[in-house]
Amino acid sequence: MDESRSPCSPFLEVIETDREGYLHLAMEMSETGGRLVSVWGFFSESLSLLFSSYFRGERLFTGRLSLSGKISDLPSITPFFPVASRMERSIRDLWGISFSGAQDHRRWLDHGLWERVPLTQKAQPETFGEGDYPFVRVEGMGVHEIPVGPVHAGMIEPGHFRFQVVGEKVLRMEERLGYSHRGIDGLSRNIPWNRGIKLAGRVSGDTTVGHALAYSLSIESAIGMEVPKRARFLRGLLLERERIANHLGDLGALANDAGLSFGLSQFLILKEDLLRQNKSVFGHRLLMDLISPGGVRKDPGPLPIAEMSGEASRILQEVEILEMIFEQHGGLQDRFFGTGTLPPETAQKMGLCGVVGRASGQPFDLRRLWKEPPFDETGFTQALETGGDVRARVAVRFFEVKESLRLVQEILLKLPSGDVFLEPPSGESGKEGIGLVEGWRGEILCWSRLEGGDIVAASHFHDPSWILWPALEMTIPGNLVADFPLINKSFNPSYSGHDL
Amino acid sequence: MTQTSTVPHQWIADLLFKGLGELFQTASVIFFAPIFLGWVNLCRSCLQSRRPAGILQPYRDLLKLLRKEVVLATGASPLFRITPYIVFGSMGLAAALVPAVTTDLPFGPAADAIALVGIFSLARIFMALSAMDIGTPFGDMGARREMMIAFLAEPATMMVLFTASLISRSTSLSTIAETLGGRHFTLYPSLVFATTSFFLIILAENSRLPIDNPSTHLELTMIHEAMLLEYSGRHLALMEWGSSIKLLLYFSILISFFLPWGISHESSFGGLLSGFAFLVLKLFILGTLLAILESTLAKLRLFRAPEFLAAAYLLAVIAFLSHFILEV
Repeated sequence: MDESRSPCSPFLEVIETDREGYLHLAMEMSETGGRLVSVWGFFSESLSLLFSSYFRGERLFTGRLSLSGKISDLPSITPFFPVASRMERSIRDLWGISFSGAQDHRRWLDHGLWERVPLTQKAQPETFGEGDYPFVRVEGMGVHEIPVGPVHAGMIEPGHFRFQVVGEKVLRMEERLGYSHRGIDGLSRNIPWNRGIKLAGRVSGDTTVGHALAYSLSIESAIGMEVPKRARFLRGLLLERERIANHLGDLGALANDAGLSFGLSQFLILKEDLLRQNKSVFGHRLLMDLISPGGVRKDPGPLPIAEMSGEASRILQEVEILEMIFEQHGGLQDRFFGTGTLPPETAQKMGLCGVVGRASGQPFDLRRLWKEPPFDETGFTQALETGGDVRARVAVRFFEVKESLRLVQEILLKLPSGDVFLEPPSGESGKEGIGLVEGWRGEILCWSRLEGGDIVAASHFHDPSWILWPALEMTIPGNLVADFPLINKSFNPSYSGHDL
Repeated sequence: MTQTSTVPHQWIADLLFKGLGELFQTASVIFFAPIFLGWVNLCRSCLQSRRPAGILQPYRDLLKLLRKEVVLATGASPLFRITPYIVFGSMGLAAALVPAVTTDLPFGPAADAIALVGIFSLARIFMALSAMDIGTPFGDMGARREMMIAFLAEPATMMVLFTASLISRSTSLSTIAETLGGRHFTLYPSLVFATTSFFLIILAENSRLPIDNPSTHLELTMIHEAMLLEYSGRHLALMEWGSSIKLLLYFSILISFFLPWGISHESSFGGLLSGFAFLVLKLFILGTLLAILESTLAKLRLFRAPEFLAAAYLLAVIAFLSHFILEV
């Protein structure tokens, strides 16, 4: 329909659909082994857009449903992809438009406190009484509920979990999220991309590189610009450094949740070393605000290359020692083995990606599938486990952290010279772009629509946590209540990345 | 004792001195219990490459809590409020019974080893009841897990104490410590098994790793801590202090039964002082051992706890049997 809208990557395909076509695409994808990545929408006076993205083979297909006039309802794809339910419920809460064909009509991001629909400022279309969220309950002898959160005993993000247990065994666990909702979709409307990139970097603090990169890619793809090669390599470097830092932290936290605090302190030392080097080389411990549309904001120059490379190889050696300790620690392995098993069949049905997907036999890694620079010039081995338990997720993390540490050295070795930043040209109003990045949790998607000049009309940020949270719910039943923190940590979904 | 009837002054002075000895022992156990915990935590920190908070940190925590106001949950019954005093009182009473510094305890005959187990149970039952009193799910969860651990640990404790009683022909704690301490050094196989068993019991009863993790922040995995979640201010201080006394007492029992050398048998000034010095020395060694153990162990899956305590019970039974087979 509008060829200006097609993104420049050969792996991205946007399909213009009507209502039937939109549902037909979902059906076709579910029948041909595609998996759902994200569902999002954008609605204004003149324009109503509903998107759903699927990954099949090695390509991302995005169904784009453009509606005009007054919209009473939207088509739901939950009959084909049940995992879309929460995304659609969020669209309904944020925009006040309901989905026809959806099974679950409970609110999701709205906790009954929004007097007006947040993104349209219209009155709520239907009134929900205040009161408790209707959790699905289990009935039977000796079954009782354990509510946990949203305020926890530890310093973690807010989220509520409702356990239906008999004794120590969990029969069902249901999440209630949305406590860290900040209105990202609303904040991202009609702002210059220099501000949008700051917002993107703050969608989820631990994935600041991933979201900033996805946002930049979506803007660049909408404008149709290429960034310099050195910038692409540096982006790859930053992405890997973020992955290393988070995996190191997670591995330590997993040991700590199993009671071995030795593991936590050892991994935190390594993570701290890496973060301090980030600070000294790039000026920010978490690498915030380094990536922007057009390239990378800071060129480390030639001096710290040897230093970064040396540190990576030192950390690699330490990680190998710690991996051996983990593997030979009977108590730790006993806690990890067989705990929180997510079988590959379930993972496939849910369309899991990222670390958790790769621990359950889902071989998706954009670094291998797309081989975009710098991964086209570096070797890359993808992690894959089929156990689906905590042990498998630990093994995937160990494998990936080692691979990333090796990649960091290889990228530094092959780092081309040249510019790292090109001022992006003015965008054309109405153009749209999609960016997809293999973040440390999994695939991060960002969609942006330009308004002309450097103004972005709207953006949507999709964190893999949208799929990880439902997958966690599927994993918990049958496990012990006391094992939940360990399983949750092995998934480590983001609260803020999900609540938006 | 025959002299006492002839010289009444001497008898009174004797009792007074014994009383002072008793007081010294009780007070030193109560007031030095947090320092033992501080030492264990300090060792743990050092072993985990963390900068330790200092050996006096438990005192600072207690002072802080004592100064803070008490926040009571809605619906807390008087049971919830008196429990901290009952727990602390039971631990104080137990401190007067366990021959840690001296075996010459006038209170000693008041309660024997079996009664001591009862005193610990009393504190535990009140703690579990108060945890359920509030009605939060964590309290219930902690209470039921604690009771599961307790009912598995208690038989093992009794078997260990019986083995020690068989050797000394008495269930009185002072007599056991005196008999075992007064003998020439011979290796009793039964005592080796009993010591091992008792060490496992100490870990389980004091919510240490691998059964419970005293430093966890994960509310769903807690056992002991889950019962204390609703306590605050001086109530929490008394509960925490009580737990540290309990830990010290369990180690004192271990010392007085299985490493009794150096415990004073009379209430003389020098005897008390040397008894105290020996106690401190042994506690420092055992505290370090506990910290090493806790730093190298992962927490057991909750349903492995019965296996752990079954092992403790089995060792206690072997100790009991080997006394009859090898030593009688």
